[in-house]
Amino acid sequence: MNKVFQSMRIAFRALRVNKLRSALTMLGIIIGVGAVIAMVSVGSGATDRIHQQIASIGSNVIIIQPGSQNTGGVKSGNGNSQTLTEDDARAIAEECPDVMYSTPIQQNQQQVVYGSNNWGTRIYGVSPDYMTIRDIRIEEGEPFTTDDVKSTNKVALLGKTVVDNLFAGEDPIGKTIRVRKVPFTVIGTLVPKGQNSSGQDQDDMIIMPITTAKKKVMGGGRSNNWQQIGQIMVQARDGRNNNAMDEIEGLLRQRHRLQATEDNDFQVRSLEEMAAAQEQATQIMGLLLASIASVSLIVGGIGIMNIMLVSVTERTKEIGLRQAVGAKTNDILSQFLVEAVSLSLLGGCLGIAMGVLASFGISYFAGWNTLVSLPSILAAFFFSALVGVFFGFYPARKAALLDPIEALRYE
Amino acid sequence: MDSALIRIENLHKTYHMGDNHVHALRGISLQIARGAFVSIMGASGSGKSTLMNIIGCLDKPSSGKYYLDGVDIGSLDRDQLADIRNRKVGFVFQQFNLLARTSALENVELPLLYSDNDKSKFKERAMQALTAVGLAERYDHHPSQLSGGQQQRVAIARSLINDPQLILADEPTGALDSKTSVEIMGIFQKLNREKGISIVVVTHEPDIAHYSDRLIQFKDGHIMLDEAVPNPRNAERELTEWQDLEEEKEPVA
Repeated sequence: MNKVFQSMRIAFRALRVNKLRSALTMLGIIIGVGAVIAMVSVGSGATDRIHQQIASIGSNVIIIQPGSQNTGGVKSGNGNSQTLTEDDARAIAEECPDVMYSTPIQQNQQQVVYGSNNWGTRIYGVSPDYMTIRDIRIEEGEPFTTDDVKSTNKVALLGKTVVDNLFAGEDPIGKTIRVRKVPFTVIGTLVPKGQNSSGQDQDDMIIMPITTAKKKVMGGGRSNNWQQIGQIMVQARDGRNNNAMDEIEGLLRQRHRLQATEDNDFQVRSLEEMAAAQEQATQIMGLLLASIASVSLIVGGIGIMNIMLVSVTERTKEIGLRQAVGAKTNDILSQFLVEAVSLSLLGGCLGIAMGVLASFGISYFAGWNTLVSLPSILAAFFFSALVGVFFGFYPARKAALLDPIEALRYE
Repeated sequence: MDSALIRIENLHKTYHMGDNHVHALRGISLQIARGAFVSIMGASGSGKSTLMNIIGCLDKPSSGKYYLDGVDIGSLDRDQLADIRNRKVGFVFQQFNLLARTSALENVELPLLYSDNDKSKFKERAMQALTAVGLAERYDHHPSQLSGGQQQRVAIARSLINDPQLILADEPTGALDSKTSVEIMGIFQKLNREKGISIVVVTHEPDIAHYSDRLIQFKDGHIMLDEAVPNPRNAERELTEWQDLEEEKEPVA
């Protein structure tokens, strides 16, 4: 232990003598470690966003969309056809054992008016289960019920953004708003959810019964069949996501009377799977960024090796003297190794500070979500020590194995 | 225990430089007693530096035997040689070889860093060594703040720090003026006389060689001459006379 302390003393003295050179050498490591920390924080920030997104969608959510329709060999694109119905949504909830809730969704962008204020927002026509599936809670007032859906009642639930823009400080409950001149009674407001991962405001919405939405607001549409809807959202039982998807597919094929040779005219997708795929892509991206950044760490390491080789050559005579007065191979080796590791560790610590600052800067100026994690800091610390050992070893060994006679004679 | 500190038997040293073989030492036999003060002279290339390196345990013989204090040096490995140098040999060089930007005291301490000694005694021992060469009050000076003679005295203090049995001085006065040279030789004589340390000095100057008790001359890898120095010079007395002379001059000036 004494020996290590002594090597550190000698090393720090040597580093102090060449302050500028030490600082420039460290700069390579500082930039390398800083870049790795910043890039990893960008990567894990993006992953974190996706986790948040999954949480805000609700868990075990499956979305069924109309697929392409094959009309005499002409295939329309996904979502263009209207093959799903409210009855499909009801049947899924009743007949698929692994499905807990199911709701039809019809959505549309509409202008909403209250008094002299107006606001453009998205209208969601759904059944009451929608609230459970998406984990949307009522802040004030009441949700609508199955009866409201059946009776096509003109009631609406307002997101916070809509409330803020229509009712400046006024209590919206019980007030009447107009959508396409149709009056709706506000029966409740929603607990705010904030932005989703693509920066979309999830509070800029109005929720109302599916029947009302279709008949009073989105009237007509492309089809004269009132049954048809845009999509169905389903919540499966915990851990039964894949079973639920299979059951839904089977049920819909049967209900749509598709032959075995025919393709599905709908699409069943698990939001979690989509999010997982997105998460994987983000992770690969993060890994890619981090590995590019670590290249600069290696370049920094080569800088250390370079300077240590210069230092060994410059101090050949000193090494010879130390050997003459009794320094053993390990004494010289550890002296130079400690010097290299001190450089890289000090650079590593400064680099961590710089990386943390950079990641704050990125989230502040670019508005990206960044997350500096303790493991990434620890990893950077140990990795920079490793760089010092790896790139310091060759010069240190070269110094330790010098011939004392030739080293003493060196001018 | 061996009566001689250094016992060399039929020592050969050959260097290989590509296809050339340089036969630097051609069968040397030599004994140096404990407490001896020996000068080695010879033209460059005569083999005296090679012998010094071997005596100082910096190099090993190609054949033949070298015993230092009864230890067969030829059988030791690199680290064992370093340990022997640390404990038994003190080195003094022509160019002093002090560490720059390091105080006199820390320069003197240097060999202690590589020994197993008690760290708490380092400062005390280094001060004792500096006192022995009359430089105690300059302990915190850096080499650049010291004169050549003072730097060489720091180097001698460094060679003394581990109480060696042998001090090897390679042209110790080569970079010094004549009065300072006498002072340095005076320190060697004092250490030799008072502490019984054996001293081997390599020099070009016959004047310097005459401060030792025995003179060995080298030529072409052989010992050409090995004899006692008749009436060795006494540095201390010469310095006193020098001083008297200066004092006599002073009133005139």
